[in-house]
Amino acid sequence: MRRVINWFDDRLHISALIDFLSHKSVPTHHHSIWYYFGGVSLLLFVVQIFTGLLLLFYYRPGPDSAFESIQFLMARVPFGWLVRSVHSWGANLMVLAVFIHMFSVFFMKAYRPPNELTWMSGFVLLGLSMAFGFSGYLLPWNELAFFATKVGTDIVGAVPVIGHWILMLLRGGEDVSGTTIGRFFGIHVALLPLFTGAVLFFHLALIQRHGITPPISKVGQPSPSLPFYPNFMIRETMVWLAVIGVLITLSTFLPWELGLKADPFKPAPAGIHPEWYFTFMSQTLKYLPPSILGFEGEQVGIIGFGVAGFLLFLTPLLDWQAKRGNDSRFFTAAGVFALAYVAVLTSLAYLKPY
Amino acid sequence: MIRRSYRKSLGVGLREILAVSVAVAVCTWGSAVLGEDSCVTCHAALPDALGAPVEAEKAGVHAAAGITCADCHGGDPTDEGPTAMEPEKGFVGKPSHAGTPKFCGRCHSNRAYMRQRKPELSTDQEDTYYTSVHGKRLRQGDERVAVCTSCHGIHGILPVSNAKSPVYPLNVARTCARCHADPAYMAPYKIPTNQFAQYQQSVHAEILFGRRDLSAPTCNDCHGNHGAYPPGATSVAAVCGQCHAVNMDLFVASPHKKAFDQLGLPECVTCHGNHSIQRTSDEMAGTSGVAVCITCHTEGSTGYKGAAEIGKTLSELASLLSEAKQQVSLAERAGMETLDARYLLQEANEALVQSRNLVHSSDPEQVKKAAAEGQKKAATALEDATTAIEEVSKRKRMLAIPLSLIGLLILLLYLKLRQIEGAQRGLAS
Repeated sequence: MRRVINWFDDRLHISALIDFLSHKSVPTHHHSIWYYFGGVSLLLFVVQIFTGLLLLFYYRPGPDSAFESIQFLMARVPFGWLVRSVHSWGANLMVLAVFIHMFSVFFMKAYRPPNELTWMSGFVLLGLSMAFGFSGYLLPWNELAFFATKVGTDIVGAVPVIGHWILMLLRGGEDVSGTTIGRFFGIHVALLPLFTGAVLFFHLALIQRHGITPPISKVGQPSPSLPFYPNFMIRETMVWLAVIGVLITLSTFLPWELGLKADPFKPAPAGIHPEWYFTFMSQTLKYLPPSILGFEGEQVGIIGFGVAGFLLFLTPLLDWQAKRGNDSRFFTAAGVFALAYVAVLTSLAYLKPY
Repeated sequence: MIRRSYRKSLGVGLREILAVSVAVAVCTWGSAVLGEDSCVTCHAALPDALGAPVEAEKAGVHAAAGITCADCHGGDPTDEGPTAMEPEKGFVGKPSHAGTPKFCGRCHSNRAYMRQRKPELSTDQEDTYYTSVHGKRLRQGDERVAVCTSCHGIHGILPVSNAKSPVYPLNVARTCARCHADPAYMAPYKIPTNQFAQYQQSVHAEILFGRRDLSAPTCNDCHGNHGAYPPGATSVAAVCGQCHAVNMDLFVASPHKKAFDQLGLPECVTCHGNHSIQRTSDEMAGTSGVAVCITCHTEGSTGYKGAAEIGKTLSELASLLSEAKQQVSLAERAGMETLDARYLLQEANEALVQSRNLVHSSDPEQVKKAAAEGQKKAATALEDATTAIEEVSKRKRMLAIPLSLIGLLILLLYLKLRQIEGAQRGLAS
């Protein structure tokens, strides 16, 4: 056995990698638990790739075949129901994990130098995760997905100047149709994975380069740490296993329903809403008056979210206090406000959908 | 100056005289200067019933078609004075109640004229009217019966397709009820006045008013409109069969047709009622307390046995179908795909509907044959759904295997971690 390991080691230099990892360390403190969510996001991304590839064996994009192929997969293919359910639940858990990871980094002010690009690439990954969700939502071509995509792309179309152009690019015409499903499929299985792979590689490389950052409150204090290999790695593996357990339990007990096939000629059914991670935005647009200071209310809302997102992206450059190693109360308060806003608006969307 | 006593003898007041004077002045100016229809210019300035038609007529189908006052009432609209309404100028004035059908019929029964004006409209309304109870009684001198204007209105008549028209499908029953639901008005005819109240409780009204489905029947769909007549006992099936064609064919071919005709029973109405017709139920066929069959068929008779057989067949299929539907819904709620089961339920439902229709054949064998197909489909759907629900339970049970494996792995990793960290602490100390 030793000889076999040595044979591979001579060729792959695994021992050098293990040596590198065992010299890496992870800070240990009261907030260490949040470090696991980056890894959880990564695990769920891998699960999505794996289950997505399995779905590709059966999925046939098109208004006359998409719904039927998923139906066939769920009803006739052994464990097809599980693969589809894990993919749907995995997508939602992944976005949740990415959100938690982002807010934990935000509150620990771990975006401070030299992690500005790590934060920015992470922000791009959050956007990509949401784009994955949005493009994948339409693919089963069911009623809920069809109308949610219609509403979602309508909102995109309301973006000033370039909105209509983006809408046409996404839909492939004025309406959500067979062309849209083809485009969303291409975006979901080719464009986004390629782009995400590249950004993810960059993000992970930066983490390797700069190491794991302790919270800003621990700056200047003696910081105990844990070897990355094997201590943190074993712990992370335990968390991953637990997440897989949760994922398959959810998929078994609450299998993702397929619903009714989309019928473009039918009126939108009641209770149409986008995926939960978009609802705080759609709910805000609902509450906005038709006109704000002479501008269309919806456009003001979209521009508002655009500006907020851009400011979030630029946080490491804007937080001067963090750059100096001080905890900025303003940014903490802004983070708490943003979190509360997302939580309240999302809850309202589900509690008072009409 | 007209003296007060003279005015009194004419029965006109100062106000009327003043209004007429103003009207004459206005219409003289309007007709002469603007070249307008003197009927309109004069009557527009008149009060109450003499002036109201001017405004009312504007919204009507006749005004829209360019038909003027003089086209119906005669007279000379170019003459700006009261002389416009001289009989020599063809003035006929207001038609009498009895003369109304002929008055309207001058155009509406004129094929050549109507072909030019509105070729899609039939020209037999007047002829048909005189075949109706209303028309017949009118000819006998009864001036209380409905004439054209009673239903369509007078000035400002709207097309039937207009929702505000009194003869628009949603308004027909209320229009008929204006006379037919008035006990005082109908007293001389000694006919019931509860038809409208009964109709409002019926399944037909539920569909017409509730769902706004204009294909549901209202008074004129069964009784006719211009030729309104109560259907006779032997023509009821034909009337109902306008919509319920399959049931009519089955009934006409059944032994009931002959028997009902011999007994003078009003066909469909005998079992289903007329104005207050209700949604049917499977219990109507059979021998239960609410079954209509036992009204005639006494216990021990062949008819009674047949009814019992039909009732049993229907209730068995309905109950199996209901059970299958519940089970399929249960499987759906559990997240299972039930497309095939749904198709089977649809087919079983179609078989149930067919079996219910076949009740009108009065042949238990035909009902049983159709129901057997439904039974087969419903049973298969039930079996599929039950299998799906069992599969859900199996999946949940099977989940214990991967979860146990995951738990075991976590435990092993935990033990390994403790061992490693113990060794690390030992090394450090």
